[in-house]
Amino acid sequence: MPPEASPAPSGLEIIAPAREESSAPGWFHARSEAAWAEFQKLPLPTIKDENWRYSNAKKIELADHSPAKSPSAENIQAALAATEGLKERAARFVFVNDTLVESDTAGLPVGVVCVSFAEALKTHADVLQHHFMKGDLPLGSAKFAALHLAHVKAGTVIIVAKNVVIEKPVEIFHWVVGDHAAIFPHTLVVAEDNAQVSVVDHYRSLEGEGGLSIAIADLVGGSGSKITYAACQELADDAQALHLSSITAGRDASVKSFQVQLGASFSRSESVSDLVGEGSRSDMLSVSLPIGDQIVDQRTLQRHKAPHATSDLLYKNALYGKSRSVFSGLIIVDEGAHYTDAYQTCRNLLNSDEAEANSLPGLEINADQVKCSHGATSGPIPDEELFYLKSRGINDAESRRLIIEGFLAGVIERFGNGELLDSLVARIDEKLERAV
Amino acid sequence: MSLEIKNLHAQIPGREILKGLNLTINPGEVHAIMGPNGSGKSTLSKVLCGHEDYEVTSGEVLLDGENILDMAVDARSRAGLFLAFQYPHEIPGVSNANFLRAALKARLPKGEDIDAVKFYKQLYARMDQLEMDRSFTSRSVNEGFSGGEKKRNEILQLMMLEPKYAILDETDSGLDIDALKIVSRGVNAMRSENRGFLVITHYQRLLNYIQPDIVHVLKDGRIVKTGGKELSLELEERGYDWVHEETLAAAA
Repeated sequence: MPPEASPAPSGLEIIAPAREESSAPGWFHARSEAAWAEFQKLPLPTIKDENWRYSNAKKIELADHSPAKSPSAENIQAALAATEGLKERAARFVFVNDTLVESDTAGLPVGVVCVSFAEALKTHADVLQHHFMKGDLPLGSAKFAALHLAHVKAGTVIIVAKNVVIEKPVEIFHWVVGDHAAIFPHTLVVAEDNAQVSVVDHYRSLEGEGGLSIAIADLVGGSGSKITYAACQELADDAQALHLSSITAGRDASVKSFQVQLGASFSRSESVSDLVGEGSRSDMLSVSLPIGDQIVDQRTLQRHKAPHATSDLLYKNALYGKSRSVFSGLIIVDEGAHYTDAYQTCRNLLNSDEAEANSLPGLEINADQVKCSHGATSGPIPDEELFYLKSRGINDAESRRLIIEGFLAGVIERFGNGELLDSLVARIDEKLERAV
Repeated sequence: MSLEIKNLHAQIPGREILKGLNLTINPGEVHAIMGPNGSGKSTLSKVLCGHEDYEVTSGEVLLDGENILDMAVDARSRAGLFLAFQYPHEIPGVSNANFLRAALKARLPKGEDIDAVKFYKQLYARMDQLEMDRSFTSRSVNEGFSGGEKKRNEILQLMMLEPKYAILDETDSGLDIDALKIVSRGVNAMRSENRGFLVITHYQRLLNYIQPDIVHVLKDGRIVKTGGKELSLELEERGYDWVHEETLAAAA
């Protein structure tokens, strides 16, 4: 058989999960093993797959990677030293190579379960069994999700009881260290009725060549709950990142999710919002700043399954060099989901003639009294904007920096955390200096 | 020391708009340029600050002796030229305060930064003079501003940047009488013996509030008449046609 026809490229065996411990419940083992079998069975998506148009699943170089090894004491020390988190936070978890190395939950109120994934398997297996990876993965990465499930051992499970409000965010750092090391971070947030919680995931590289992160975040919002969630991917330039998220918004629930893609040679996010409750709301935000040869691949789905719900998506990409972005977004309004408000905007700012932005917006409406809009724009900074800034004495490079920073900051502001805004703007500035 | 425009010719592709314009503005003077639509008023302001849509085919513009036509747009501003735009652009995402800080910082030697406390003190004082709400510091430059708010914002920039020569392009357009008074007060506060102004306007009304020393009539890309401030009143009363006839008579 020719190699390209093989569903599982050679080398995948390297990434087979280790099954050393058995403290996890039986159902989890069963799902994990089934997932491994499924991963091996499923073919790698081809570029003919609609969900991979303009992209390439081979950019995630599975064959080259192995699960990250347990971190050394030096690794842990270095990661903790490099972890510059928010000052205003309710809790913090730091993982290095899928190993929990620090947890600080002193700021959490009563009524919150906030534990590592491994711990949750022991103490809250029932909740996990109910919510863990129950999405249908419609955006093309079922194979990678199966790999995640087969390997997952690290991450955070947050369950906020009815009416409990956590004002400050829970912040989670996932560090990857070592050559071609793969991590599989998992985040599950369950906000019960009228609960409020904010969670920030960071994905970062410490050292080593070509790390890989295949992360999943599932957010479940009960009636009247409020969740804000940010995934900040700042892996090394030669790393690869995949982030699959699903949002389920119940009656009058409001979920705001935010993707930040600053690192990795190839990063792909798949974000699904299911508006299952009447009056629910999902805000989907994203910023990216690809430079050099970086590729940012974004797939989104807004599914309206109940009436009077709102979804509002705003993705902005500022591209430099020979970088590329792909945005593919679909809004589906189910039969009966009347009075839906659904919006989708992707804006690309091209700062080089060689940069390329591909946009594939889509709409599928099966209900009445629906307000929907979708739009994608791509282009350079408008000349008149540049002229205005320059006419005040600001040079070309600085004018561009101000405009791009503002272009992206407008989205970050909508996320509504001033401290995160400041730190992200600083990191965007650092990256802009490298870009020009 | 002066802003000296000598035999300035400028065009957009296929059409010459300025056809040999001569004008000298000395520090301390306020010049007004009036003229009918299409006479080249706005072109003059854009050419002076270096807009790339216009090509200068001959002539020179000397700012205190230095020809600015070879300078980039930003360098002209740093050299001391300021244009208050007729239609100020919106810059989404860039706050007014950050914008002004960047503009002031651009005037400092490399590596130096402005004193934030002093900056805000000055900014607030200027905004109070223009009756601008403090919220304008954090709002994106001109985004969602009303016509009057945009014009005030232009004058705020003029006040903060303290140029040697300021050009006001149709600053009165779109202003109600109250806003016009506030904007004019701001401009008058900046009048000084060290600063020259060129006020471009279609209507005489603005000149009741910003009283010019010298009034010029621009027609078909040339200054065709120059006089004192009484000239603006005459233009208001009689229109521009008689100037045209007078020019033709003189040419004949």
